[in-house]
Amino acid sequence: MESILSFIGDHMEMIYIIILSIFVGVEVISKVPSALHTPLMSGANAIHGVVIIGAIIVMGHADPGNIAALILGFLAVVLGTLNVVGGFVVTDRMLEMFKKKK
Amino acid sequence: MEQYILAITYLIASVLFIFGLKMLGDPKTARRGNILAALGMGLAILATMAFHKNEAGERIGNYGWIIGGLVIGTIAGWLSAVKVKMTAMPQMVSLFNGMGGACAALISISEFDHLMHMSAGSATAGILLTMVAGLVIGSVSFSGSMIAFAKLQGIMKKNIRFPLYNIINILIMIGIVVISFIIIRQIPADPYPYFYGLFALSLLYGILFVIPIGGADMPVVISLLNSFTGVAAAFGGFLYDNQVMLTGGILVGSAGTLLTIVMCRAMNRSLTNVIFGGFGSGAKAA
Repeated sequence: MESILSFIGDHMEMIYIIILSIFVGVEVISKVPSALHTPLMSGANAIHGVVIIGAIIVMGHADPGNIAALILGFLAVVLGTLNVVGGFVVTDRMLEMFKKKK
Repeated sequence: MEQYILAITYLIASVLFIFGLKMLGDPKTARRGNILAALGMGLAILATMAFHKNEAGERIGNYGWIIGGLVIGTIAGWLSAVKVKMTAMPQMVSLFNGMGGACAALISISEFDHLMHMSAGSATAGILLTMVAGLVIGSVSFSGSMIAFAKLQGIMKKNIRFPLYNIINILIMIGIVVISFIIIRQIPADPYPYFYGLFALSLLYGILFVIPIGGADMPVVISLLNSFTGVAAAFGGFLYDNQVMLTGGILVGSAGTLLTIVMCRAMNRSLTNVIFGGFGSGAKAA
């Protein structure tokens, strides 16, 4: 219990970031026309592809002698990139379609 | 010096994410918003590769592996996103969302492995908590998204609903919490079986969570899983003290949750109704 509390204490700044980001996220979405729901979901999907940064860090600090770690890290990088690139391209295509309709 | 450049780039990327998301909410600026967010992502990736150092001050290595992974992911992601039919877009989003969830889970797995190889006592409850949370949420999001993809793609047509469905799900959830607790308190001498057990149970939960939900409700479920992946990414940010992962992840987590609720409201439904009611499957109208 104590170690969890001290962990929270050590990361107070990050917890503030979390709380404020929650409000920003809610604020940003609050007034959106329903036609944009799907592209918005898709755009948000691409943004959480930021997890790729974690994958790069894992991969970058993996011990080159540890094959299992290398493969895991490599897979993580590939999957994360898929999320980022696929996410943004799909969103762009959706919005392109949106424009033509108008 | 370099760490400041990295920190400032992360700050710029975070701002670009916020702006991008905001602009995506307006038809006039939506496309530019998407590009802005993509630009932020590119900056964050490049800066991480160039400037990131871990706590021991070591730089990023294994460049060949990283660049290889980036190239393969980019080509595969680009091709599949460009080739997919317009009508098949939602399942594509679900698929990519699942990839992000899997990525978060893999990060937790490799960090756990790394931690176990380090000297004893270096694993604090806080670090284990973030790892376990990233693993559970990422895995649920991955398997759930795959099922959502399979359903929308028409691979899986039936809405399977077991008897005692909700009870089974609650039992699995309790199991996840108990095993997580065991790992965080570091009770077992060999935590590996518990960790992988937790991984398996989370995957199972994701599957069971989505299979009874009907195709009409899938966009809501994908949106919910989308916000899950955001939260999983944020736990990764916590693990690495990485602000851009934290802001990006939480932003999607909260925006995605709200979006889910708004989408439900647009369909005149409540979220609990979508998840527990099985209304879209025609099983029962709650």
